[in-house]
Amino acid sequence: MPTTTTAPARFRDKSLAPLWDKVRAGERLTREDGLTLFASDDLHGLGRMADHVKSARHGDRVFFVLNRYVNPTNVCVLSCAFCDFARKPGEEGAFENSIEDVLEMIKPGTREAHIVGGHHPEWPFEYFERMIAAVHAARPETQIKAFTAAEVDYWWRRWKIEPRESLTRLKAAGLHSMPGGGAEIFSKRLAKQLRYSGKADADRWLEIHGIAHGLGIHTNATMLYGHVETLEERVDHLLRLREQQDRSGGFLTFIPLAYQVGTTKLVPRQTPPTDDLRTIAISRLLLDNFPHIEAYWVMIGEETASLALHFGASDVNGTLEDEKIAHMAQAESPAGLAREQILRMIRDAGKTPVERDALYNVVKVWS
Amino acid sequence: MELSRLEEVRSKLEAGKRLERADGRWLLTEAPLVEIGALAQEVRFQRIPERRVTFVIDSNPNYTNVCITDCQFCAFYRKPGDPEAWTLTVEQVLEKVAFAAEKGATTVLLQGGHNPALPLDYYLDIVRETRRRFPQVTPHFFTASEIQTMAQVSGLAMPDVLRRLREAGQDTLPGGGAEVLSERVRKRIEPKKGGPKAWLDVHREAHRQGFKSTATMMYGHVEEPDDIVDHWEAVRDLQDEHHGFTAFVPWSFKPGNTLLEKWIKTYKGPSTYLRMLAASRLYLDNFDHVQASWFSEGKRAGQVALSWGADDFGGTLFEENVHAAADYVNKTTVDEIITLIRDAGYTPVQRTTEYEILREY
Repeated sequence: MPTTTTAPARFRDKSLAPLWDKVRAGERLTREDGLTLFASDDLHGLGRMADHVKSARHGDRVFFVLNRYVNPTNVCVLSCAFCDFARKPGEEGAFENSIEDVLEMIKPGTREAHIVGGHHPEWPFEYFERMIAAVHAARPETQIKAFTAAEVDYWWRRWKIEPRESLTRLKAAGLHSMPGGGAEIFSKRLAKQLRYSGKADADRWLEIHGIAHGLGIHTNATMLYGHVETLEERVDHLLRLREQQDRSGGFLTFIPLAYQVGTTKLVPRQTPPTDDLRTIAISRLLLDNFPHIEAYWVMIGEETASLALHFGASDVNGTLEDEKIAHMAQAESPAGLAREQILRMIRDAGKTPVERDALYNVVKVWS
Repeated sequence: MELSRLEEVRSKLEAGKRLERADGRWLLTEAPLVEIGALAQEVRFQRIPERRVTFVIDSNPNYTNVCITDCQFCAFYRKPGDPEAWTLTVEQVLEKVAFAAEKGATTVLLQGGHNPALPLDYYLDIVRETRRRFPQVTPHFFTASEIQTMAQVSGLAMPDVLRRLREAGQDTLPGGGAEVLSERVRKRIEPKKGGPKAWLDVHREAHRQGFKSTATMMYGHVEEPDDIVDHWEAVRDLQDEHHGFTAFVPWSFKPGNTLLEKWIKTYKGPSTYLRMLAASRLYLDNFDHVQASWFSEGKRAGQVALSWGADDFGGTLFEENVHAAADYVNKTTVDEIITLIRDAGYTPVQRTTEYEILREY
């Protein structure tokens, strides 16, 4: 009976075997390798490789945070073709929260506040600055993760405030970190086709994250997939993020965002779970310099998020309480989860839940 | 270490050797989930080389919720005389069959509580009239414990009840009511239903008489890995005798509104489900089909399950009341089933109750 102690290279898709050798040797995968990974229908092979990388970094630990999702406004000058969240000023369903409203949403003891919103044409930068200062003063225990690079870029477009200045001022006001939204998919072709060319493009989005990293502000990164992008565009997006991380090193987590069909209906239906799982696995393999890959349960559902923990994901985001962007696009997941539900999602996969703060400091290891 | 253990299991399978209890326990506890999924797929494609996934157009109505068995996992039943108790007439049941037939169903899975007030002729009439009025519908009626109930009310021996049903036109039995075929578990959660033998005897006799049936398993309550292995051993041994099981169908216990809810608050998640499917595919070497349940585990988990050893997507379940009683509701259409199978990377194929191919999409 054969008793080997190293993993035998049993790949149904033989083209994965040479990549497995590279992964085990810690060698960087190329663009060509990325395309091979996306061309493969060997889901188990992808999972095996990604889990190897994830386990080497984090063992059986999976991270989550008790957080609160806050949108100050959904008023937005843009008309991105994939968005069900944005409203024009005065349009039905538009909302504008005061600083008091925002404070009310963040209960005492909240570990992390995730604050993002539309590109509001009337709200000056100082309003956001005051908002962060007020949240920080009222909830000193809460870490503030706020404003996408797209919003930061819009303050430049609208008010001519340089990102370095806005981020420096926000940091002084109490900002801890930045979310990874607004990246969409780095593609000039799609920016035009899906009408997001009016927002920070790939170069600008990456530049702003580089500036943030230089200021000591950690950030996340995302990719909106599952609409009309090609697999090449997914690979190129991931590689741009990897290059930026080599340069500035401040990314904590990569979060693949599965497009929600909602009323925008760029495609007839959402990606199947098998696509979500392989996208997470391939992200883990290509983004060798990112600490974490996240399974965002809001977009892919609790079940797929739980399964993704075997496919390279080491984070499930958090409790959120009241997610809006995906839910205005008719996401089927709940708008928030109790800690018990997050723990179950992690434990069913046989993993150890680790409660973290916004910067991945361990708060508590749940046995 | 785990991978060397995996290689042991693989070489057993490749040599055509049976997995043993220790292998079963390992598959259920320590085996890496992705690896046993890959292995289960190899076995699945040896058995069924095409990338096809079958499904059946069916409905699961019930004829009564009256039951005297008081199973702790059941949210559906009511005791005789309960204000919420109900029993349909033969004609009312046939209306439900007609509803299913109109929607294109080829299978009606009819089951109910153990209602001592119903005579044997009630059941026989339903079978006969279904066959007569809806020749395109296979009457997939009555689980093992209902057959036992018919024997008690009629005074006939269980084999004679099966013979009468066969004469009336029934050829298949659903596999429900197995729960976990372990003395310990059944004593704990369904003491009035009898041990594993009560279920196994009916299926053995049915297979002997030429019936086909399915074997089910409801896990995720009080069972231990050894109980699951008991279950596999029991159905694998029985399958060796007559090859009368068409498929193995596991699903997770839903605690809502049941007596067990006091101790068990939630149902097992998708990783447990995939493990159960893959391990069952590997252990049950004499079963042709393993069914993934979009219904009980969610559509997305059901899609992934097609890559963990399952080759069948179950039915459309136009009507279902048992899970619904536990506040668990999930609905679909034929079109959606076809799309779900395709999106998961397989070719949808409509089948009959007995797994004959009807139509490839």
